[in-house]
Amino acid sequence: MAGSIPASATASAAAAAAPRVGPWREAWRRFRKHRLAVASLVILSTLVLAVLVGPFVWQVPIDEIDFTARLQGPSWAHPMGTDDLGQDLLARVLYGGRISLAVGFAAMTVAILVGVLVGAVAGMAGGRIDAALMWLTDLFLSLPQLPLLLLIIYLFRDALTKVVGPELGVFILIVIIIGGFNWMQVARLVRAQFFSLREKEFVEAARALGASRLRLVLRHILPNAMGPVIVAATIDIAAAIIAESTLSFLGLGFPPDVPTWGRLLFDAKDNLDFAPHWAIFPGAMIFLTVLSINFIGDGLRDAFDPRRVIAS
Amino acid sequence: MTQYLIRRLLIAIPSLLGISVVLFTVLALAPGDPFEELATNPAIPPDVRANLRASLGLDDPVYQRYLNWLFAMLRGEWGYSFVSRVNVDQLILQRLPTTIIVIGAAQLLALCVALPVGVYAATRPYSLFDKVANTLAFVGFSLPTFFTGLLLILLFSITLDWLPFVYRAQIDATGWRWWWEHIRQSIMPVMVLGLFQGAALVRFVRSAVLDVIRLDHVTTARAKGLPERAVTLKHVVRNAMIPVVTLVALQMPIVFGGAIVTEQIFRIPGIGSLLITAILANDTPVIMAVTFVFACLVILFNLIADVLYGWLDPRISYR
Amino acid sequence: MTEDDLRGLIARVKGGSLSRRGFVKRLAAVGFTAPMATQLLAIAGASPAGAQSVPAYRPTRRGGGGALKVLYWQAATLLNPHFAAGTTNQDAGRVFYEPLAGWASDGTLVPILAAEIPSRENGGLAEDGRSVTWKLKRGVKWHDGQDFSADDVVFNWEYARNPGVAAVTSGSYRDVNVVKVDDHTVRIEFPQPTPFWADAFVGGTGQIIPRHLFKDFAGANSRDAPANLRPVGTSAYRFVSFAPGDTLRAELNPNYHMDNRPYFDTLEVKGGGDAVSAARAVLQTGDYDYAWNMQVEDEILKRLEAAGRGKVNIVEGGGIEFVQLNATDPNREIDGERSHISTQHPAFRDPAVRQAMAMLIDRNALEQFIYGRGGPATANFLNNPPRFASPNMRWEFSIQKANEVLDAAGWARGRDGIRAKDGVRLRFVYQTSVNAPRQRTQAIYKQAAQRAGIDLELKSVTASVFFSSDVANPDTYTKLYADMQMYTTTMPQADPERFMNQYVSWEVSAKANNWQGRNIVRWRSEEYDRIFRESQGELDPVKRAALFIRMNDLVVGSNHIIPLVRRPTVSASLNNLRHVLSAWDLTMWYLNDWYRET
Repeated sequence: MAGSIPASATASAAAAAAPRVGPWREAWRRFRKHRLAVASLVILSTLVLAVLVGPFVWQVPIDEIDFTARLQGPSWAHPMGTDDLGQDLLARVLYGGRISLAVGFAAMTVAILVGVLVGAVAGMAGGRIDAALMWLTDLFLSLPQLPLLLLIIYLFRDALTKVVGPELGVFILIVIIIGGFNWMQVARLVRAQFFSLREKEFVEAARALGASRLRLVLRHILPNAMGPVIVAATIDIAAAIIAESTLSFLGLGFPPDVPTWGRLLFDAKDNLDFAPHWAIFPGAMIFLTVLSINFIGDGLRDAFDPRRVIAS
Repeated sequence: MTQYLIRRLLIAIPSLLGISVVLFTVLALAPGDPFEELATNPAIPPDVRANLRASLGLDDPVYQRYLNWLFAMLRGEWGYSFVSRVNVDQLILQRLPTTIIVIGAAQLLALCVALPVGVYAATRPYSLFDKVANTLAFVGFSLPTFFTGLLLILLFSITLDWLPFVYRAQIDATGWRWWWEHIRQSIMPVMVLGLFQGAALVRFVRSAVLDVIRLDHVTTARAKGLPERAVTLKHVVRNAMIPVVTLVALQMPIVFGGAIVTEQIFRIPGIGSLLITAILANDTPVIMAVTFVFACLVILFNLIADVLYGWLDPRISYR
Repeated sequence: MTEDDLRGLIARVKGGSLSRRGFVKRLAAVGFTAPMATQLLAIAGASPAGAQSVPAYRPTRRGGGGALKVLYWQAATLLNPHFAAGTTNQDAGRVFYEPLAGWASDGTLVPILAAEIPSRENGGLAEDGRSVTWKLKRGVKWHDGQDFSADDVVFNWEYARNPGVAAVTSGSYRDVNVVKVDDHTVRIEFPQPTPFWADAFVGGTGQIIPRHLFKDFAGANSRDAPANLRPVGTSAYRFVSFAPGDTLRAELNPNYHMDNRPYFDTLEVKGGGDAVSAARAVLQTGDYDYAWNMQVEDEILKRLEAAGRGKVNIVEGGGIEFVQLNATDPNREIDGERSHISTQHPAFRDPAVRQAMAMLIDRNALEQFIYGRGGPATANFLNNPPRFASPNMRWEFSIQKANEVLDAAGWARGRDGIRAKDGVRLRFVYQTSVNAPRQRTQAIYKQAAQRAGIDLELKSVTASVFFSSDVANPDTYTKLYADMQMYTTTMPQADPERFMNQYVSWEVSAKANNWQGRNIVRWRSEEYDRIFRESQGELDPVKRAALFIRMNDLVVGSNHIIPLVRRPTVSASLNNLRHVLSAWDLTMWYLNDWYRET
């Protein structure tokens, strides 16, 4: 095993491309073959479109209280039913989806960027820099999140809302908090991959050919370390959507009247046996998002890695 | 190798010290104090609260409180809880067995399920098995534990009446009944946690195995005529273990730290519930002790992971 | 009916020329409720104390009841009642320790370690209101077999008032003097005439710990007492084991000082979790006998009750959920302090705005759809005991009237629909703690206010921060750095003196007192101050009640305080469990009488 010679993905890709097709077009061609990924792309686009345009089409206000229509199951007037104040759940799911999706993607991006950066630098540099960065990672892993959250909110909320307004201020804060607490896993994964990859023959070869350190990382090592990163990214989106609900439950997130998906799920839980529709719809939304993002992630990996088997 | 270990262990001391400084500062600056309940009770005059704050040393400067804590800790004194006025080490020790049993079982379950399922799914990508395993995994990590826990309670405790949902650390029974009761009440929390942890792990394992399964040395091994099983186990899994070891090392400290939400749902007297009540009550000595032990474990297990990398892939050098 | 008429009637009852029933009937004719009438009699000494306050105890022998399992969604963390912050810990201590007397649900005292309740008639209460003499029950033994005596009582006073001990109960003991008269008599002396004498050694804070086990730990070493975690009390149940933050276990005390009690052989108090699943464990699965403090939406409780195993118990007390409209300006900083007492709130200084705000909260909806039986709508801040409830206050919900009031006062709607006048816009930050029913209330209030051209910005703060006394934090409720806020304040005793001092001017919460003052809304009224002072020296119970009613009317009439719903204590229990509950004392206050009907 130790003596085996793994091929470089990029090297073999270059060799195989005799009639020159652009790598992006080639990737797209391969991605299209991944039927689940394509279907997922359609679903995700529909979801995004729905939460963006939906509130303009379905114009029921999200906070219209109607005590005569409490905890009603799905009907024509309320396709997703109502909650315990008689508020229309479809409107709330559509509106909340904007925030949940935005928080999910933004926080995931923050987590992945920080994680990859820290992991790559530590894995490449080794020595003191590695030790320092891993100290930081260990620190973040061991910090109790709740008191830190309270501290951050207390220190920065007012200052930030003064600069960018309350909604955007809270959004930025939440994204930074959720992202800032989720990068450690990625960092350690990337670093471990780097340790292994940087000693591999194809990296040695590229180094011998005089590739710069940056090029070495960006073209040769990083693409081969992306497997766990993509998985982590897809899991982080789900984690961020759920984490947001925990934050607002603690009074740290969006104001209590903003119905994000996680928040809806949380509010619904005590009524699960009497009004399951309240939980099912936001839960299904989170699940659909996670599902489609994961399949898209799989598709992307297959598309960019020529060694990969393609789903048929 | 030994030298590397010794050096890493020596580095761990200042890094733990650094972490403790940061931890303490965060806790000292974080808002709130342990007297929430006194506040809404009109029978307790406000200056009684002020006296209590002073008697607990909460009004001293932060650096002084930190030094007090540090020197006490060096002498092996963990301090006492502001809320229960019991020594912190006693509180932790009381809860450690339950935590290790329940959370440990969940982690074990997650590992035992996720490893084979992930490997098997990756060797047959996009087969029916792979699709089912993936979908279950997506359900696992897109539903929060507070939700799956409740779902299980409604199903197994309330509708079917098979399992209890209030965890009791002390059970008045002996022999096999004692074991039976403990197992019965642990099933649901272990399932909830195991599903959640296992779901993510399946995805990571599958991805890691997929990453190496098409590598040349695997193809070579296969070409040599080695049986498929041996190929998978010897050549694929070992190479795919690096990310898995990383993840498991990240999960292990949780066996000590507990799982806050799940413990809350099933009323398990674990470290997680100790930590969250301490945090909500701003019981600094308890938070500090739990997180500090947790930090030690984080460092320890990450060090173990670093050592294991070298064993899994001998070309990784220790610098 | 004037005060003199009333007094005449009471005298006739005492003299025997008017029956108690006749008295109640006459009072009912002029609008007094029956409980109020009985209370008037009780307080005037014309009724056998506590006679009907506690339901009859049926079991005819001690023990044999099996296990009693109680569920708290907060867990007890300590067992020394002098350190118990909060009712969960006080309850846990009360399982083992007993006070001289406890408060029954009707607001009367019931003797426990006392032989009788002091009164004018039995010579226990001094004519000048400066002292009260308690006679102790004889033959009471601690769980370890030692005798209970007056020395123990005096010791508790010394212990609690010692600053080195840092007891939570010190407020009840530091201003009084306690003297041992003989082995079974103690006298409490007050520095001035004190109408409310039943504080020290009574109720939750009055639990008495044994001198022989604590006397060596009555100072800075109080934490080291082994008995802190292994309590030895006088109660019906003896200590078995305790895991802080989890489970408390106890067993029958064979030498209990009340006959045939207790009924249960063992007791388990399990803590932790959440209120809804605690309700499920009693009402749906019947795994537990009793679940404490069901802060759950009533709708859910009703559905769980439908399973037919258990029922929900509602016990009236003094707790009230209310809204405060800040009297000062939270957005102007003076000497590093917002909501400074020298400022005035730019909008709430106008009585019309406050009146409109009071009309914009739909208390009926709160009662009907959110709090249910756990939150009857009310117009009064001081609701209980019934003799203190004002008949004069009314409330109404009318968006239309609110609009008319605001129009008339010159608050005109701007282009965005929000009213303004002289550059002041009706846009308020409305804060409360994180708690599902409170967030529902915020949503309901916001919607109604919107229709009257008032914009409410909702803010919720996690309870551990909101209710903390952290001087550095701007989000605590005592700082009131918001235009309005909402929470529940509780009334731990069946007497309103400690309750109504939250609106006197010398209690204003400010930086100078580290925001420790009790007057958080910062409303001030000379008339209120004067009446409050008068009540402190008023020994005549009827006159005193009238004074408190006037205080309530003053503060509620100002509309700075908007009472929403009363918060009786709500609990769940199995159908066959017979318990004795009271909102004026702890859940466990009469645990010795709990039994199971077979």
